[in-house]
Amino acid sequence: MKLKGSQILIESLVKEGVECMFGYPGGVVIPIFHYLYEAPFKFILTRHEQGAVHAADGYARASGKPGVVIATSGPGGTNLITGIANANMDSIPLVVFTGQVSRNMIGNDAFQEADITGITRPITKHNYLVQDIKDLARIIKEAFYIATTGRPGPVLIDIPVDISNSEYKFQYPDKVDIRGYKPVYEGHPNQIKKACSLIESAKKPVAYVGGGVILSDASKELRTFIKKTGIPVTTTLLGMGSFPETDPLSLHMLGMHGTYYANHAVNESDLLIAIGARFDDRVTGDISSFIPEAKVIHIDIDPASVSKNVEVDVPIVGDCKTVLREINKIVKAPSISKWIEHINKMKEEFPLTYDKKSKGIKPQFVVEEIYRLTEGKAVICTEVGQNQMWAAQFFDYTEPRTFISSGGLGTMGFGFPAAIGAQLARPDRRVVDIAGDGSIQMNVQELIVAVEHKLPVIIAILNNGYLGMVRQWQQLFWSKRYSHTSMAFSPNFQKLAEAYGAVGLTVDKKEDVEKAIEKALSVKDRPIVIDFHVDKEENVYPMVPSGKSVKDIIIRELA
Amino acid sequence: MRHVISVQVENKSGVLARVAGLFSARGYNIDSLTVGTTERQDVSVMTIVVKGDDKIIEQVKKQLNKLIDVIKISDHLISNSIQRELAILKVSVSPSKRLEVFQLAQMFKAEIADMSQKNMTLSIDSDPESLDKFIELLRPYGIKELIRSGRVSLLRG
Ligand SMILES: Cc1ncc(C[n+]2csc(CCOP(=O)(O)OP(=O)(O)O)c2C)c(N)n1
Ligand SMILES: [Mg+2]
Repeated sequence: MKLKGSQILIESLVKEGVECMFGYPGGVVIPIFHYLYEAPFKFILTRHEQGAVHAADGYARASGKPGVVIATSGPGGTNLITGIANANMDSIPLVVFTGQVSRNMIGNDAFQEADITGITRPITKHNYLVQDIKDLARIIKEAFYIATTGRPGPVLIDIPVDISNSEYKFQYPDKVDIRGYKPVYEGHPNQIKKACSLIESAKKPVAYVGGGVILSDASKELRTFIKKTGIPVTTTLLGMGSFPETDPLSLHMLGMHGTYYANHAVNESDLLIAIGARFDDRVTGDISSFIPEAKVIHIDIDPASVSKNVEVDVPIVGDCKTVLREINKIVKAPSISKWIEHINKMKEEFPLTYDKKSKGIKPQFVVEEIYRLTEGKAVICTEVGQNQMWAAQFFDYTEPRTFISSGGLGTMGFGFPAAIGAQLARPDRRVVDIAGDGSIQMNVQELIVAVEHKLPVIIAILNNGYLGMVRQWQQLFWSKRYSHTSMAFSPNFQKLAEAYGAVGLTVDKKEDVEKAIEKALSVKDRPIVIDFHVDKEENVYPMVPSGKSVKDIIIRELA
Repeated sequence: MRHVISVQVENKSGVLARVAGLFSARGYNIDSLTVGTTERQDVSVMTIVVKGDDKIIEQVKKQLNKLIDVIKISDHLISNSIQRELAILKVSVSPSKRLEVFQLAQMFKAEIADMSQKNMTLSIDSDPESLDKFIELLRPYGIKELIRSGRVSLLRG
């Protein structure tokens, strides 16, 4: 049977099992929207294309399924850029459709024309400009395959409107064969043996776990590995949840705002086992003084990530899940009781902490209360800045896909739309966006989407009246000149919420924090904004200043 | 160090931009880049000559390998490959010097492609080293225009 290009697109999405799509219409995608009207999956109309792509990203991170997005040509496409780059940095599978002007107009500066494949080339895993209707179904099939396999990432398909309108026989391919793309899943058996013997003889090993473990659903295998070996575990921001932070072997997060003991353990280690992590500069600090004594095992599906920033002794290119499974079959536990003792001492001596006696509301306290009152079962999304770091530090994540945050790109405005996507993916859990007063204003327009779809997302604004993280740097390294980081002029968030039809709460007393969170948790049919007026100049500690090493770690406020 | 990287790619639009983008994003200026068809209709080969730090070139090669449209990459050395390049030069030669230049051309198997009162235009295709040498030897006569095609290279054996 012959179908229009628009119908082929939608039928292909059905074949891919798509349950939810995010987007925004416009001229050249009207033909596609015409058939989306009767599509058998949910469509979420956001209020900005950036909201759509972040929501799809949050949906993907929470569900493990690819996020699907559509936008129109020109400004529709360019509004997606930040979201695509964000997904690309964090290896999140997205399939993004954009409309394009008709083929005979391309290159003519036609109305709403933008070279979106050109613009997104460096920020997608791959992209396509459909030039012939007969390729459309194959391209969609390939796009889903490329987005979700190997090291995942966003794939964009640009569809000229005349292709949407032309007709072709629909046949969805059942196989993909791309000769230039054959991701390797199995680790090399010899490398795995070498790794195991290094592990067995290590005296001071640390496992350093990144988002790759969550992407490859290897959390179970990781836990088995740690159970078998007794090796302490630290995670990156994106690795949180892969290993329970309530476990005595958890060192929590490492890096710039990681724990004292995670950073010191890594620095003193004689063997660092990197699993699905990429030695980002926020993790390593000054690379030349990073892990002076450690041998390195690096398990990663992306060969380009291995030996990129640090020299690796045993590289294992492969899928974390598959490789860990093989390791678990043969690995033996090292004897490291002294090492564990040493680490436990550091944990006691330098725990994550803050001034608990303070009269004002400490932002860390708010995060702890959210943890307590949701019994650690919430899915937490974050914005970017201090709020993000406190959300990482003061909530113990125990399950994969329950901490959703913009890591590589550090995108303010990501958290809330991502929370909408996450809530759609996880109706069984409460989703909380831990936000900053600055960040929330970057995509606050999506409130109406949460209201429309009755999504009970809680937006907990840690309102410090500042672009706090930048202010912190200005305070510590730029002689306290708070140049343009005041957010003293902010809307009344409670009224703003109410204007959207959401519940709005304002909290300016410590003793009201619990009540407000409980009130929010009791609301089940709409979003709730809680404006917590927290201590204005609270800082995030510990801190390894940018480009410095653990030696330079700042543990707490200098008097 | 100078590297000659041979990249087999899908013969379709956009691939050149992807490959070139990986170099330009790192601020690398490519010395030469040629794209040509091969014995297979759907495969092109790009031969890229680039100077750069070995470690960074290694990273670029890994990134090239990640491109979906890249089928295969190989490093070509003078010792393991046949490398050729074409150059066309316009040299200002007074009639009295013509014979000298003519002899030089013969020695390097270059061809006299055109001649006018003032200029001789020579074309040469050879291995890149001889080509460099030929150009150097012609420099004293006054090279008015010079164009090189960029290298092509095929592994031996
Ligand atoms: C889109 C974007 N612009 C700028 C920045 C730089 N930046 C990082 S953190 C931050 C401040 C965030 O302020 P707020 O949301 O209030 O969070 P806080 O640090 O106060 O918790 C800024 C401006 C960024 N990360 N993203
Ligand atoms: Mg703030």
